[in-house]
Amino acid sequence: MEPLRRITAVAAPLLRDNIDTDAIIPSREMRSVSKTGLADGLFAGWRYRTIGGRDADPRFVLNQAPYAGARILLGGENFGCGSSREHAVWALREYGFRVIIAPSFAPIFEGNCVRNGLAPVRLSVETVAALSSQVVLDPQAHRLTVDVEQGVVYSDASEPHPFELDGESRAMLLEGLDAIDLTLKHLADIDAFFAADRTARPWIYPDLAAMDHAS
Amino acid sequence: MATMGPRSLFEKIWDPHAVRELGDGSSLIAIDRIFLHERTGSVALKSLAESGRPVLDPSRVFCTMDHIVDTTPGRGDATRVPGGSAFILETRSAAEAAGIRVFDVRDPLQGIVHVISPELGLVLPGATVVCPDSHTCTQGAMGAFAWGIGSTEAEHALATGTLRIKRPRTMRISVEGRLAPGVTAKDLALHILARYGAAGGRGCAVEYAGGAVRALDMEARMTLCNMATEFSAMTALIAPDETTFSYLRGRRYAPQGALFERAMGVWRALASDPGARFDHEIVFDAGEVSPMVTWGTSPQHAVAIDACVPPVEASGTTPEAHARALQYMGLELGQSLIGLPITGAFIGSCTNSRLSDLRRAAAILRGRKVAHGVRALCVPGSMAVKRAAEAEGLDKVFIEAGFEWRESGCSLCFFAGGESFGPRERVVSSTNRNFESRQGPETRTHIASPETVAASALTGCITDPRDFAAGEV
Repeated sequence: MEPLRRITAVAAPLLRDNIDTDAIIPSREMRSVSKTGLADGLFAGWRYRTIGGRDADPRFVLNQAPYAGARILLGGENFGCGSSREHAVWALREYGFRVIIAPSFAPIFEGNCVRNGLAPVRLSVETVAALSSQVVLDPQAHRLTVDVEQGVVYSDASEPHPFELDGESRAMLLEGLDAIDLTLKHLADIDAFFAADRTARPWIYPDLAAMDHAS
Repeated sequence: MATMGPRSLFEKIWDPHAVRELGDGSSLIAIDRIFLHERTGSVALKSLAESGRPVLDPSRVFCTMDHIVDTTPGRGDATRVPGGSAFILETRSAAEAAGIRVFDVRDPLQGIVHVISPELGLVLPGATVVCPDSHTCTQGAMGAFAWGIGSTEAEHALATGTLRIKRPRTMRISVEGRLAPGVTAKDLALHILARYGAAGGRGCAVEYAGGAVRALDMEARMTLCNMATEFSAMTALIAPDETTFSYLRGRRYAPQGALFERAMGVWRALASDPGARFDHEIVFDAGEVSPMVTWGTSPQHAVAIDACVPPVEASGTTPEAHARALQYMGLELGQSLIGLPITGAFIGSCTNSRLSDLRRAAAILRGRKVAHGVRALCVPGSMAVKRAAEAEGLDKVFIEAGFEWRESGCSLCFFAGGESFGPRERVVSSTNRNFESRQGPETRTHIASPETVAASALTGCITDPRDFAAGEV
């Protein structure tokens, strides 16, 4: 996973509340068992004029020239709600986004972000609105900087806005760690846990074949 | 750190599953059950296989085909979803290679993951349960800690038998009193969403409690917990009780005989202690809940069925979102929901596709006909539900009324490029999401209980199901 320490980039505002993962990547755009090939389907229902088409709708923010090269997305409350599909995060990453700034995130989406090098940055509704109203004046000029290491967002025209990430999420983003590798260091603890648990809670460890035979 | 003093139900499950602390409030939590389906489990299995890592304990991993699978009678691996059969084929081969039990397309035990896992006795009180599917919270109804994850986390759980999790905050929602006749668990879930908002659950583990919740049967509890993800909660839980134990006893893969009795001794302690602390507490009376229907494009856009489209200030939403939702839904401020003409009616999904749901809908449909111009479908949540319904003759009630009667699966709960309702068609649906284009391109979805779907299908417009109470109409 590509680490993310600090990024300065064009930010695109999409300040709708409850942007769901169906909107981020419609199910009809998930065409193969793959984490890639999803960028074209990103926001397909809003980005294109017709369902399934590829004719860009100029009203959608990412189709507007000033937002070319956007790597930061400004969103509303409860960003990423709905389906757990990680394809939403893979699509955002493949398109080029590295940061989503929003007042709140849906829990599964937030977890998916940090595992894929996409920083979920929480700032207040007022701060997101203020950043947005500054960005729209000239998106290419008023780029935002998100510093994951320092935990701040700022622009040439704003005070630094601090944000919080829990330690594990921050470490994953900064170092691009593979969580499975980290956890497998504790394999002895895990094995010991399950060995003891088999005795304590044998009902958790069913023998399906024997039960199939019985029924 | 184990909780000191009085403990909540959630803490009583979390503490003994903590394999070790990871600092910063996170723990390595042991996972008792992993469920997978062909839509998101496929990529987790594929990615794990490519990494060369084995599944730690395949005997506690279960896979079903529900999302993409066709639901027309005589189905096979072919599906109308573009590229869909690849999801079925790749999931099957990866699961079989990993030694995972698959409830496959033609398996009599097949069904929607959140319907079959309790039905088969695979979800047990006090267990930790994950699935790369947001509605995994449904299983919390069994008194389990069950939550939806992404595919990467599923891969982690498969490889290590654990997940690294930050301990969630807790919330208790106590619903006192009793739900009025004709008011269901679905209406309660929508009431909570309308009242506290789609972000109201704030990532919490939510315990549903109070007399009105205790009075719900298991299937209704599943409906209530199912929509915790729409509430932006991490999950929902209900303390196991005699209702839970009698539901579970004798299920195919539940513990049997002496082992069941021994387990029950442990399960009986799974209730929040008096004085247990929650980060948030909500208490209200069940008498405040009416049959509900959604008017907009978020599950929080719900009102009592006899209400009108609410003004911005009563909608819990911004003026822009309110205007956008009205435009999408083709509605005007102040318009009555009752009487809106519909062309689609759908009964199914992990929210409302169980036998009790079908029975209640059939009671309204019996001896009546779906209105002209309405396409109506009933998709049982599992093949076992379908067989049980047929044994009672419910299939005939649905078919004679003019409903399609399908094989089990997620079906038209979501549009994946195959089957769908049409553009700007208005549909009443027993599902959980009314997002833009959820059930078809530009389709307008109104979420409601199965009773409301049935009543509306008969009249051809959104209808209060209480109009069809016994002896009326």
